[in-house]
Amino acid sequence: MELHEHLFRREAGRMVATLTRIFGVENLALAEDVVQDAFCRALEVWPFRGVPENPSAWLMATARHRALDVLRREHTARRFAPELARSLEAEVTLGAAVEDDQLRMMFSCCHPRLPETAQVALMLHILCGFGVDEVAGAFVSTRAGVEKRIARAKKVLAGSERLFEIADAGDFTARLPAVHRALYLLFNEGYHGASAEAAVRAELCEEAIRLAALLFEHPLATPATYALGALMYLHAARLPGRLDAAGNLSALAEQDRSRWNPELIAAGQRLLERSASGPELSEYHVEAAIAAVHASAPRVEDTNWAQIVSLYDTLMTIRASPVVALNRAIAVAQHEGPERGLAEIGAIADRERLAGYPFYHAALGELELRRGKNDAAAKHFRAALALARNSMERHFLEQRMVACQGAVASRGAAP
Amino acid sequence: MSAFVYLYRSEDAAFRAAMGSPEQMQKSMQKWMAWMKELGEKGHIKDQGHPLERAGKVVKGKKAITDGPYAESKDVIGGYTLIEAKDLAQAVELSLGCPILEGGGVVEVRPVLKTGM
Repeated sequence: MELHEHLFRREAGRMVATLTRIFGVENLALAEDVVQDAFCRALEVWPFRGVPENPSAWLMATARHRALDVLRREHTARRFAPELARSLEAEVTLGAAVEDDQLRMMFSCCHPRLPETAQVALMLHILCGFGVDEVAGAFVSTRAGVEKRIARAKKVLAGSERLFEIADAGDFTARLPAVHRALYLLFNEGYHGASAEAAVRAELCEEAIRLAALLFEHPLATPATYALGALMYLHAARLPGRLDAAGNLSALAEQDRSRWNPELIAAGQRLLERSASGPELSEYHVEAAIAAVHASAPRVEDTNWAQIVSLYDTLMTIRASPVVALNRAIAVAQHEGPERGLAEIGAIADRERLAGYPFYHAALGELELRRGKNDAAAKHFRAALALARNSMERHFLEQRMVACQGAVASRGAAP
Repeated sequence: MSAFVYLYRSEDAAFRAAMGSPEQMQKSMQKWMAWMKELGEKGHIKDQGHPLERAGKVVKGKKAITDGPYAESKDVIGGYTLIEAKDLAQAVELSLGCPILEGGGVVEVRPVLKTGM
């Protein structure tokens, strides 16, 4: 029997979530230890005996067995209520229960005492089974920094007395926006993040979608939940088109749209329809709507830029930021020409906060190039290049520099 | 063809430390399975052997039965496989693909004593 790709990672998240519910959140470390033990055991046994019929059940049974050993052998047994061992023995992992365990852990990771970056790192580590090195790789941070951030976050979590109680509708609804936000950040780290490895970034998007999907059928999910899902699917649909045949970054305007994933677009559109109930208009609604406009344009020249500009206007009223304003200006440029776009960029409040963002300089470069000011364009692309976060971005910007020397200006925007 | 035994030896702590994340463990697992499969397909596996528990008893006599080997022992035998190869050199060559080597473990290659010698 073949091993399912990422089986261990997925199972790690599920098993830690379930075992932490049984042991109590203060014993998170014990849950993580016995899960690690189960994988070690699999590594020793499976090469000889083959992959078991139901690897997930095998791993869980092994972790449970190991936990019982630990409880019996160590004096800590006294600290645990005797019924704990019984509940471990009786534990049957049913699909729905496992989903609830993951939801419980997901909400727990979004503890209000944790900064958003720590919430996301913790989710990735505990629920998605990413090792510290892998989290560091995904965020392009140092191992030591991530290790510290996760250790601190775990301490807050383990000290929180109990896991988040998802059965309480009031608590659930109160924390849901924080969970949305963390999932959104996780997805964005994959979609716009700094990691040079397309595979790593696609995995982050995939994990964010997998976790968000746990919410879709939940009775307390809100229209914002569906809108968040819609925006993830509609963006994920474009992932295959973001790299050209040579594996290089390709600007939105130049992407081969036949490579966009139609199933994901359809799934995104369905969720977007589902999100259109009730009065709530979240930033996710607007971002999903923008993505839907792009998705419905078979060619870039079919894009309804006026609609996109107006959606960005709405987004500015919900969550204004220099990056949103920049994207709005780029849409204005598509609609009314590069001069108007440059004027809009010039009018962005807090524009200096964009100075460290490579695609700010790249956008200026594109617009200068488009109005024929190749020297000014080259200067901006050079500034962008100095800020590029990985080899893919560097290569993309170098190509744009080459375009500045040529006669034909192409019409790329930030990918 | 001659018979050889592979003894897979590793230090428990080092083995665990080398494992790292679930994803790395899965990759290591897949390498193990691919390695064993390839040996089997080339007709080198006489008996796949067994994994062993890392702790049991060490018996030196009726009054000298101790727990062991200890978990901290440098090299605990984690399992064995019975191999068929042309000669010791080939048996060694074939063992070089064993993923235990990447985790700081060793493969001990021992010829099975031929009968009548």
